[in-house]
Amino acid sequence: MKDFIIPWDDRDMGTPAKTGAPISLTIDGVAVTVPEGTSVMRAAAETGLSIPKLCAIDSLEAFGSCRLCVVEIEGRRGTPASCTTPVAEGMVVHTQNAKLHKLRRGVMELYISDHPLDCLTCAANGDCELQDMAGAVGLRDVRYTATEGASITNHFTARDTNGDLNPEYLPKDESNPYFTYDPSKCIVCNRCVRACEEVQGTFALTIEGRGFDSRVSAGGPLDDFLSSDCVSCGACVQACPTATLQEKSVIELGTPQRSVVTTCAYCGVGCSFKAELNGDQLVRMVPYKHGKANRGHSCVKGRFAYGYATHKDRILNPMIRDDISEPWREVSWEEALGFAAQKLRGIQAKHGQKSIGVITSSRCTNEETFLVQKLARAVFGNNNTDTCARVCHSPTGYGLGQTFGTSAGTQDFDSVAHADVIVVIGANPTDGHPVFASRLKKRLRQGAKLIVIDPRRIDLVKSAHIKAAHHLPLKPGTNVAVVTAMAHVIVTEGLANEAYIRERCDWDEFEDYAEFISDPRHSPEAVEALTGVPAAELRAAARLYAKGENGAIYYGLGVTEHSQGSTTVMGIANLAMLTGNVGREGVGVNPLRGQNNVQGSCDMGSFPHELPGYRHVKNADVRAIFEQAWGVEIDSEPGLRIPNMLDAAVAGNFKGLYCQGEDILQSDPDTKHVAAGLAAMDCVIVHDLFLNETANYAHVFLPGSTFLEKDGTFTNAERRINRVREVMAPKAGMADWEVTQALANAMGAAWNYMHPSQIMEEIAATTPSFAGVDYALLEEKGSVQWPCNDANPEGTPLMHVDGFVRGKGRFILTEYVATDERTGPRFPLLLTTGRVLSQYNVGAQTRRTENTVWHEEDVLEIHPHDAETRGIKEGDYVKLASRSGETSLRAKTTDRVSPGVVYTTFHHPQTQANVITTDFSDWATNCPEYKVTAVQVSKSNGPTEWQESYETQAKAARRILPAAE
Amino acid sequence: MASDKLITMANQIATFFESQKGDDLAERVAAHLNDFWGPDMRADFVRLVGDPSQADRLHPLGRDAVALLRLPQDV
Ligand code: SF4
Ligand code: SF4
Ligand code: SF4
Ligand code: FES
Repeated sequence: MKDFIIPWDDRDMGTPAKTGAPISLTIDGVAVTVPEGTSVMRAAAETGLSIPKLCAIDSLEAFGSCRLCVVEIEGRRGTPASCTTPVAEGMVVHTQNAKLHKLRRGVMELYISDHPLDCLTCAANGDCELQDMAGAVGLRDVRYTATEGASITNHFTARDTNGDLNPEYLPKDESNPYFTYDPSKCIVCNRCVRACEEVQGTFALTIEGRGFDSRVSAGGPLDDFLSSDCVSCGACVQACPTATLQEKSVIELGTPQRSVVTTCAYCGVGCSFKAELNGDQLVRMVPYKHGKANRGHSCVKGRFAYGYATHKDRILNPMIRDDISEPWREVSWEEALGFAAQKLRGIQAKHGQKSIGVITSSRCTNEETFLVQKLARAVFGNNNTDTCARVCHSPTGYGLGQTFGTSAGTQDFDSVAHADVIVVIGANPTDGHPVFASRLKKRLRQGAKLIVIDPRRIDLVKSAHIKAAHHLPLKPGTNVAVVTAMAHVIVTEGLANEAYIRERCDWDEFEDYAEFISDPRHSPEAVEALTGVPAAELRAAARLYAKGENGAIYYGLGVTEHSQGSTTVMGIANLAMLTGNVGREGVGVNPLRGQNNVQGSCDMGSFPHELPGYRHVKNADVRAIFEQAWGVEIDSEPGLRIPNMLDAAVAGNFKGLYCQGEDILQSDPDTKHVAAGLAAMDCVIVHDLFLNETANYAHVFLPGSTFLEKDGTFTNAERRINRVREVMAPKAGMADWEVTQALANAMGAAWNYMHPSQIMEEIAATTPSFAGVDYALLEEKGSVQWPCNDANPEGTPLMHVDGFVRGKGRFILTEYVATDERTGPRFPLLLTTGRVLSQYNVGAQTRRTENTVWHEEDVLEIHPHDAETRGIKEGDYVKLASRSGETSLRAKTTDRVSPGVVYTTFHHPQTQANVITTDFSDWATNCPEYKVTAVQVSKSNGPTEWQESYETQAKAARRILPAAE
Repeated sequence: MASDKLITMANQIATFFESQKGDDLAERVAAHLNDFWGPDMRADFVRLVGDPSQADRLHPLGRDAVALLRLPQDV
């Protein structure tokens, strides 16, 4: 299959699209019909005419400042700006005549008189709207020049003709690692300021001063871009028509000549990007405006942090060793695969068919994941497949499956624009899902109400032009009590939507539930001491959610990573059913998934008990489908989950593991136990970009490929299947799906996939919710949301529209059970963990980019009161200890966390935050309890013994022998 | 797998189902274990709670569920 380069139209239409009744008008003699509210400029663009413009762009509301877009309208006086003039029925518009021509030339002449004329050496040469417009209006000369000897007034020369300093000149701001701000080229069109407000919602930029003195300014007078509130999303760079805001990569590499549409490989938002290239050199990533998840927006990770793809630490040759105490030996693909296959088969011969397994990755494509679980089921002959999604959203699968009948999140991202009350529970979207957060904040600025349920005062609680109506700062581990108390308020105050419940839910079960929930022990007053949430505030929040028109719940790992994660998910589903908030736009229950393909890796049968499409292996009819397709017998019993594999390894019954694209040593709880399990195995195969932490215990290293180097699909948090397109050849010679296939074949399989599209055909043929998906459809539609089948040939944006998937929605009783992880005199504080915007997961990629300027190390957030009683000051090195282990890191005092609670991130291997976390887990799915650990904090002098011994082991394990000549 | 862990996990599951309505709670505990625990784990578990001192630590619903567990033929 030929690589596909998208020809879709992504012209700038000048102003945003509108919806409304059709209006017909004539522009330059051409009749056109557009929705009411559309600007004359956009209507003209629809007919193919482009009216000159500078301050307008279709990602932003019209502003009307440059007056380059003037037109004449019959029957109206003067020359209105076409960007700010809405169409009217029967309007007759002229965009070109002598008068308009002269006006536009005059405007351009003024702009150009204050602009340096170094176009040929300018980074935006060929990609500059000012340059284009000068051409479009036929500007031929500029009459304004400085008189010889007089001091000049412009913004772009450092010294005037007398050699005196020009006070209007400002030097370039190069503080941001990815883009520069060169004030001398600014035309003060305000697009950047508006982009930062309207699109990103950060309000980092302002225009300072007035008239000739007006300048774009980031933050306060003493700030540069880096020290300002800027989060480096790139929206302003994207909006800037000139070289004023310019990617450093373009300055260095030149303007790109071709582009390929693909999907970001970082988070579960799944933003579409145009990868812009020269040859196979990536010049920049630009958010793609027809991307349905991101609608033309991006965050710092997807937009800029792709440098890891060419980082010097990448391993490009396969490597093997007999023992982890030996250095690595670089070998050919053939030798490495043969070595691995022989070891795995040898282990099976000696220890049994079930003594080896696989771990699939939520960073790899659907096609790759499908192959890895197929490797276990069809080639190893067991169900020992698991995925790191276990450690984040397995409770979502169980909880929503039990209540609604499917683990699927209910909405698409567009839905948030119709929500009236938004509840965010245990998620920090501005850091974890930044582009979704921007869309959410936009809705909040339009007046939707926000309820935040989180132990920590996350940014959303209060930021520019946003304030949560309620923040319920619960004690970590009490989610069920809080969610149950909200339901108590809704039921006992008569706020439940009885008509909805009667129609869509199981009424008997509801009656049991109502009786249970009405018990006074669930009242906000009764649980206040336990949860730490003021009862009045909780009641007010429950009322707001129940009474607001469209109530939408978004939740994250703060819900799932608990002993009662599954119960909380069911409690959330109960809330939505009680209030009738499932089954239409603007409402719903929406898990925000962490990694890019968490959804897809679960869909693709990564769990040991489920074949692709969430069908239990015990079902003979489902097994029959795969048995027929694959010509093998499939085990009817669930295989081992990751923790079971490690336990079995320590016990000596599990000896070999193929781990694709995951770093379980760093990401899974209880690091010491993981290390012991890995050390007990005879053949650990790590398939990754870098020598990650797990590779310290590996015998075979197979080099991976980045998302830029392969074809495939990712499925984002809204079930949207997006295409990943190869923009450059795999640096190590094989894409990940080819490597898995080669390993399977080395073990005796006869797989023969020529392209990932063939793998998708197999997925569609075996998995009903994917039955209608193929690459041709994805080319045509851009993306589709599963289920996509005969009933929904174009996919399913909203779930449960005509009733719940399982038939009647089920209310499930949600009794609060305290976690076994309790504070006591030795460990009096509760640790909870999270993410920062600039880093991603265990940081293997983002730590290898310039993003480190925003987050050099993990720090421990501690309330000033708790810090003071321990004699800890801001920036001190502290020891963090739990029952499992101890580590050390720097402290940051802040009242974002309540007294008694401390918080950290786990992006850096040195911190080893998972040395601290315990092995408690969700009752239903064993999703580890990352979000609650009882700890003690004390002053320390530096790294702990474990950190040091770990460092030594890691160094030794990473040695590579020079290649033999 | 470490014995205390298996019993803790079974107790967590039993504690959840205990809070539900119905007279088939032991069946539901057993169904959960059959669906989500691999056969070896179930066999280990049954072996473990065969020891009365261990069985004492098990939640009553968990004890009732033991007899309903599906076991690999060869155990
Ligand atoms: S920096 Fe760019 S977008 Fe912002 S005002 Fe100047 S020219 Fe316009
Ligand atoms: S990069 Fe984003 S946050 Fe920073 S100033 Fe530009 S629009 Fe605002
Ligand atoms: S990291 Fe997430 S929000 Fe940022 S660009 Fe990538 S997919 Fe979009
Ligand atoms: S483009 Fe219309 S006034 Fe600037």
